[in-house]
Amino acid sequence: MSEVPLRELAQVIRSKNAGPFELTFDVIFDRKAAYEEVKASGALTAEKLAALYNIPVDDILVAMFFDPAMAFKMTVKRRWQQGSSGERDTFGAAQHAPLMDIMIPSRSNLRTSDPAS
Amino acid sequence: MTQELRILTPQGMLGYGVPAEHFWRGIESGVDAMIVDSGSTDPGPYLLGLGKTIVTREAYARDVSLMLEAAWKHKIPLIISSAGGAGTDAQVDFMIDLIRELSAANGYRFKLAAIYSSVDRATIHARLREGRITECGPSGTLAPSAIDDAVEIVAQIGAEPFAKVLTERPDVDIIVSGRSYDPAPHAALCMTRGFEPGVYWHMGKIVECGAACAEPKGRVIKATIRKDSFDLEPMNPAERCTPLSVAAHTLYEKGRPDILPGPGGALHLANAKYEALDSRRTRVSGGVFVPTNKYSVKLEGASIVGYRTIFIGGLRDPVLIGQLDAFLANVRKRAEGIFPQLVSGEASMMFHVYGRDAVMGEMEPLRHVVPHEVGLMGEVTAPTQDLANDICNSTRIAVLHSAYPGQMATAGNFAIPLNPPETPTGPVCKFSVYHLMEVDSPTDMFPVRYMEI
Repeated sequence: MSEVPLRELAQVIRSKNAGPFELTFDVIFDRKAAYEEVKASGALTAEKLAALYNIPVDDILVAMFFDPAMAFKMTVKRRWQQGSSGERDTFGAAQHAPLMDIMIPSRSNLRTSDPAS
Repeated sequence: MTQELRILTPQGMLGYGVPAEHFWRGIESGVDAMIVDSGSTDPGPYLLGLGKTIVTREAYARDVSLMLEAAWKHKIPLIISSAGGAGTDAQVDFMIDLIRELSAANGYRFKLAAIYSSVDRATIHARLREGRITECGPSGTLAPSAIDDAVEIVAQIGAEPFAKVLTERPDVDIIVSGRSYDPAPHAALCMTRGFEPGVYWHMGKIVECGAACAEPKGRVIKATIRKDSFDLEPMNPAERCTPLSVAAHTLYEKGRPDILPGPGGALHLANAKYEALDSRRTRVSGGVFVPTNKYSVKLEGASIVGYRTIFIGGLRDPVLIGQLDAFLANVRKRAEGIFPQLVSGEASMMFHVYGRDAVMGEMEPLRHVVPHEVGLMGEVTAPTQDLANDICNSTRIAVLHSAYPGQMATAGNFAIPLNPPETPTGPVCKFSVYHLMEVDSPTDMFPVRYMEI
């Protein structure tokens, strides 16, 4: 079994404000096999994502897969005030990048593109 | 009773630009109403705190002109919600004034309803004392002082006040509303027709963003709603609403994918179905609206926390970048020695280190990587602009000229692109009220005014 970065399995990886006090992250798939493989991998859990983002696991308000949209969603408490003194990302739209390189143990050849070609 | 209702949403945000060709394709295909949202908290608290609009008056005029022409020539009602961005009473009047000016210039005449949503402080204080205000998400407990400090507080209008206007005065051509729950006007139009609430709230949630649910992301969208399902079609022939693109959009900007709370209840989507009608249209059904026992509206209030001055520049010296945290700590310590307001908390200073962790701060997993060049923004907030300028100026000079261990470049540390090197940016706001308030009736907070223009 090889490991594949999440960005090669998902179609959309994004972050955004969900109101001024929460940040929400979406990972959306366009292929059922890739979605099921990531879901089964156990790579996207609140504990692992808390460690990746260096935040307390209690600040992760939602971390769940949602089959109807073939999507994973995580919502966390915002670490700083939205649009006020000390803001880093007003729209919260640039907080997703660490998700892209999460390595997923992959049995099958599900990459969106073959990097060798 | 009407079996189907056709709603055109010309754009997800009024003023962002409506492509005329796609707009008129929608109008000419036959629609029963145009609805466009104009509000958001996403740009930050300055809209509410400083009374600013999301786009310029000219940008609003470009979009509104198209809709007024369609409203006049085709007799299609128009609803503009959350006028101006924050949806304050002043922004509702600003939008009405713009509509009045454009209508006068073109010889249009309309019957117009305004629904206002600014809330007086006495009411909020009373509800707080009664224990009828709770936090919304992790916004914390509301302090009475936050109510007084807010420049302006608005409540989000639910569907019922719109439905009341539509029922009471079916001859109204245009409704302009203050701050509204984004899907509320779409839901209100359906509410008056006896459709399933789970279906129309789901429709409203998706199309209030225009054709953002299409692939590629678009602007103008038409929704056709009936009792138990709705169909979505983007008005740009190059865009497609697929089951996946629509399902994925349902997640957008929401804390949970399966339960979406709003005024009067929550939309449950665990059993939602998305089916392709053809390559460009998707049919949606299965959403369930679960009413809450008590009806709450969301309050939004912003206050001014101080005045900001910034400087920006770059660092390229590897000796300095290798010890940047210690260097900046030294700069801060020096400033604290000069300005006691930085120690007391009246003023604040922050360094944004671009190229390292400016975007993510303590959440950045790659913070330890030492880059060859970084951008540095110094941000000072103080009770007055003069003090912010003074602290920022002193700090910028310290970044430019402070010594550090092993320094080889003794002529200066900091590459400054701007001249003058510091920039006052004016007042800084924060969301000081973001709470849920119980109301006795969904309509009692929101006065309506009728007029002819």
